[in-house]
Order: sequence, then structure tokens, then C-alpha cells
Amino acid sequence: MNVQTAQLLIETSAPSAAKCVTVRCIGPWVVQSIAAMEAQLDAVRQLSQTEFLLAAAEVSALDTTGAWLLHRTITALERSGSKVTLEGLRPEFSTLLTLVAGANLAQKLIAPPTLSLLNKIGRRAWVALQNLLAMLAFVGECAMVLARALAHPRSIRWRPVLHNLQAAGFDALPIVGLLSFLMGVVIAYQGADQLQRFGANIFIVDLVSLSMLRELSPLMTAIIVAGRSGSAYAAQIGTMKVTEEIDALRTIGIGPIELLVLPKMLALIIALPLLTLYADITGVLGGMIMASSKLGVSFDVFLDRIGNAVSLSSFLTGIGKAPVFAAIISFVGCFQGFQVGGSADSVGRQTTVSVVQSIFLVILADALFSVVFNWLTL
Amino acid sequence: MPEIPTTTPVIEIQHLKTRFGENIVHDDVSLQVQPGEIFALVGGSGCGKSTLLRAIILLLQPSSGSIRVFGREVLGLRDAEALSMRRRWGVMFERGALFSALTVQENVSMVLHEHTQLSSELIDEVAALKIALTGLPAVAASQYPSELSGGMRKRAALARALALDPELLFLDEPTAGLDPLSATGIDELILNLRDALGLTMMIITHDLDLLWRVADRVAVLGEGRIIEVGTMQELSTSAHPLIREYFHGARGRAAWEQAWKKK
Repeated sequence: MNVQTAQLLIETSAPSAAKCVTVRCIGPWVVQSIAAMEAQLDAVRQLSQTEFLLAAAEVSALDTTGAWLLHRTITALERSGSKVTLEGLRPEFSTLLTLVAGANLAQKLIAPPTLSLLNKIGRRAWVALQNLLAMLAFVGECAMVLARALAHPRSIRWRPVLHNLQAAGFDALPIVGLLSFLMGVVIAYQGADQLQRFGANIFIVDLVSLSMLRELSPLMTAIIVAGRSGSAYAAQIGTMKVTEEIDALRTIGIGPIELLVLPKMLALIIALPLLTLYADITGVLGGMIMASSKLGVSFDVFLDRIGNAVSLSSFLTGIGKAPVFAAIISFVGCFQGFQVGGSADSVGRQTTVSVVQSIFLVILADALFSVVFNWLTL
Repeated sequence: MPEIPTTTPVIEIQHLKTRFGENIVHDDVSLQVQPGEIFALVGGSGCGKSTLLRAIILLLQPSSGSIRVFGREVLGLRDAEALSMRRRWGVMFERGALFSALTVQENVSMVLHEHTQLSSELIDEVAALKIALTGLPAVAASQYPSELSGGMRKRAALARALALDPELLFLDEPTAGLDPLSATGIDELILNLRDALGLTMMIITHDLDLLWRVADRVAVLGEGRIIEVGTMQELSTSAHPLIREYFHGARGRAAWEQAWKKK
């Protein structure tokens, strides 16, 4: 392609002296080469003369963008009261110009209306209320499906339950194990310094095992699972919604909640306590290794002490929180998946919301548990 | 519109071979598309029409062979060269592939913002013009793709394909999934655009009405190669069993009779 930029030559030395301007249009007037012309044409519009002659014989190529630029200049000049003559344009280019001019007549771009602050606040509040109601409706729907399923356990789809058990539970073992091991190491490391100062080395056992079993491993496991599986639930259901698979399920007569939500919920309620137990073990192991290397508390002494340090109720309160966290994570993930609108963008947005919301709700629930357990002196 | 054969073909494919593992999609495909022509590619489902299109528009690397577009070999192009080629053609995908997070107007203007130095004001006007040229109502410009009907979505996809005023347009199933009225509208739109803008087009389609009304030449793809190329008149008298089956089924006959009545 012969690359050459479009040009514009303004010649004021026209026959009738100061009144008429000749503007020569030269070169390819196509989208790639007319960027500079825009400013020049604006300059033409600023001229004080009232008669313009557009000599277009040297235009070597014209596309719709070029034609539009020409058309908009002519109309702008005419609107300001000037007389414009276009001459020499090749016939095929004239057809294009007519087409562009014709298309323009019927259309005018509609700008979206801008909203006042009060209006925006109102809309936001309304959307928030609708979301809350939708969430409540979803809770109700899930509860009904769950009740029906528990009444007829044979109707539960166990294959997806097993599949989810593997994906959300078994496959998460390495990351959950590693992170809680490191957490145990960190706690023992931080505690070692303080305890050594008082010569209370043996209490490292209480510190590590109580904090891991009661608080840290349930919470951390839940947060990891919310990031790993909760987001996956939202993305999977959201994508199915975009591709109308959810609607297809309904028309075939399979309840989407029954097929998609219930197995996930059941699987996670089974998997999360087991993962928490596993995190307890690896976390304490991490603390044990640190205790023996930094404080001289050997494995035997550590294991001897652990029975006195941790009561059964402490262990059970830790494990007992896990099913609640599991219900929160799976519920929020699935709910946000169903909230997805028609676009790919919305899948991403709802997935983010699902992770943020489930982590928030998990920590909130944990705080509530602490208050309640304190009250019950557990 | 038959052209003088001495001009450089817009697309020239020679001995193209594509295979995915054991599966040979194209064994030996050769074809030529002349400037200003509406060239249609037909064939049964799964015969590799879309794969051929993806190879031409640089989305897929074929196993061997040569594809020349605008007289330049496109296989093995470096990124910068590929970009300059891509600016010269527009593609309308089968399902529109409009960006769902953007309005129709933004879908079109995005291309212009990316590849030109025009002012935002002019870009908005040009985008509105493209949308108008494809016959969409003005309200559609501020709507999101998910709010549009199937026919409107195809038109919006076409508006985006036209954003940079391409010389060559690829249309993948432009009328698939449309009601007959909308499909006829698209037929006319394609003809109008060719006449007004002098575009060369390559269309992949199953729509026999579209083929009769719009296509200058039609290539039938099957058995990993081009079985026959010609006008619909020529193909309808072909003796090849696959082509006879394709054009003389119940639907083919109806479209053929329709086309005769018009003439």
C-alpha cells in the first residue's frame, strides 16, 4: 500500500480576493491517515471568509471516516452561513459521501442521562434492599431443597457430592497443611522469646495447641477454602448462567439448586471439619518442631503436656465451627454465582464479591462464636 | 461480480494442510478470492470451514501450505506485521463476540481509540455512523450486547468489524439463528455494503437463500479439500454426489426455486 498522508492546502488567493477561499483536498482520506486533518479542518472553520471552494479532485482514496469528516466540515460551514462548493470529487466517492450524509440524518447519538446525588443514593439503597431480599429468598429455597433431600436421602446426587469432596477437600490438603504448619512455626517462634524470659518454656505447648485448635486452624482453613472453592462455585454457576445452562436445567426439569448447590454444600460441610482437623495436626507439628529446636522442649514432653493443656471442649469448639463456616462459604459462593447477569464482566465481579463476602461473614461468625462460648464459659 | 483475472487476488491459499493430532482437517486446500468479490465457503458441519477462516485471520497455525492475503504471505508473520495486516480486515464472528461489558457504541469506538489518533469527539461520530450504516436504531448504540436481539447483535458485530474501514471482511455465519425477515435484512445489508464501500467479503454460511442472493462465487469444502468452486448456477448442475446432496435436498430445492422466481 502506498502510504501517504492526506493533505489540505488552503489558498486565499482566489478570484474574488478576500471573500472566497479555495481548500484543496489531497491524498488518501482514509481512517489511518486523516488524524492530522481534523485540526486543520477546524482551522478552516475559523476562517472569516463566507465562500469556500473545496477542490477534491486530488483525493486518491476515501473511506467512510474520511467521507464523514468531509461531510461534517461542509455542514458546519453551511450552518455558520457560509456558501460551500464541492467540486471534482470522483463519482464513486460522491456516492459514498451521499450515503454517509443520508445515514447521518436519521441518527443522533443519545447521551445517557446523568443522575443527581439523591437519585444515586436512592438507587443504591434500592439495589441493596433487592439484594438482601434475593439472598433471603435463596436461603429459603436452599433450606426447602435441603429439607426435601434429607427427607429422601436417596434423591441426593452423591456423585457430584463425591466429586466436590475431592475438589474442595482432598485437593486442598497440600496448601492447607503447608500454611497451618507455617502458622504453627510462627506462633512458636513468636512465643519462644517471651516464655524464655520467664523460664516458662513448657507453656509453649499451651500457647501453640490452644491457639491453633481453638481459633487459628478453623479460621485459616475457612479462609483458604473460601478463596479456593467459594470463588470456583461463583465462577462455575455464573458462567453456566451466562451460557443459559441454568435455564436449560430448569426446562429439563432438574432443579439447579438440587444439582449445583446442594452437593457443594454437603461436600463442604463434610470436608471443612476434616480439613480443620488436618490443619490442627500440621499446625501443632510445626509448633512442636520449633519448640524442640528453640526451647529444648522435646517431642515426648510436648505430647505429654498437650493432654493437660487442651481440654476436649476446646478441640470440639474449634472443629464445631467448621461446618458453619462451610455452610457460609458454599452458600455465598453459589448465591453470587446465581446473581451473575449476562456478561463476562459480571462473572468476574460476582466472583470477587463472593470471596470478600464469605471471608467477611466467616470472621464475623467466628467473633460471634467467641462471644457465645465466653458466655457459656466453654 | 467476475473480475479480470490479472489482478492480484485478495486471498490466495495454496496446498493448505491442517491437522490436529491424528485428525486431518484440511488435506490440500487451494482457493483464490478476487477483489470486490463476495466469496462464500460452504460445506457440511465439521468439514473445517471455521478452521480455514481462523487460519486466514491468523488465529490458528496450519501444518503446512501458504496463505497470501493482499499479496503477502501471512503465515509466520512477526507480531508488528501481523498487526498491520489485521487492521486491513474486519471479522464478524458467528456469535457476535461483542465485548459484553461495553455498550455497542463503545464496542465500535474502542477499535478506533486503539488504532487511530482521531479526537474522541470525531471517534464518537464515526462510531455512530458505522452503527447507522448497519441499520441499527440510534437507541441501540447505548445498549449492552445482552440487551439486543439476535439480529441486532449481528448488525452490531458488523459495525465493529467495519470500524477501521477494512478492505476485506470475513463473515462467519452472518444469518445463522435469525428469523427469515432479519436474515433477508442481513442479505441486503451485505450487498449494500459491498456496493457502497467496495468491500471484498468472504462468507461462511449454511444459508442457501443467502448463497443464491448474495454470493458471486461459492466454494464447497469437503473431504479435506475444495471440491468445486463456481457460481451457484454452476454448482447446482454439478455431478459431484456431495454437492448434489447439499444443494438438492428439500431446503436446497426450495431456495433454488425461489431464486428462479426472482429472475
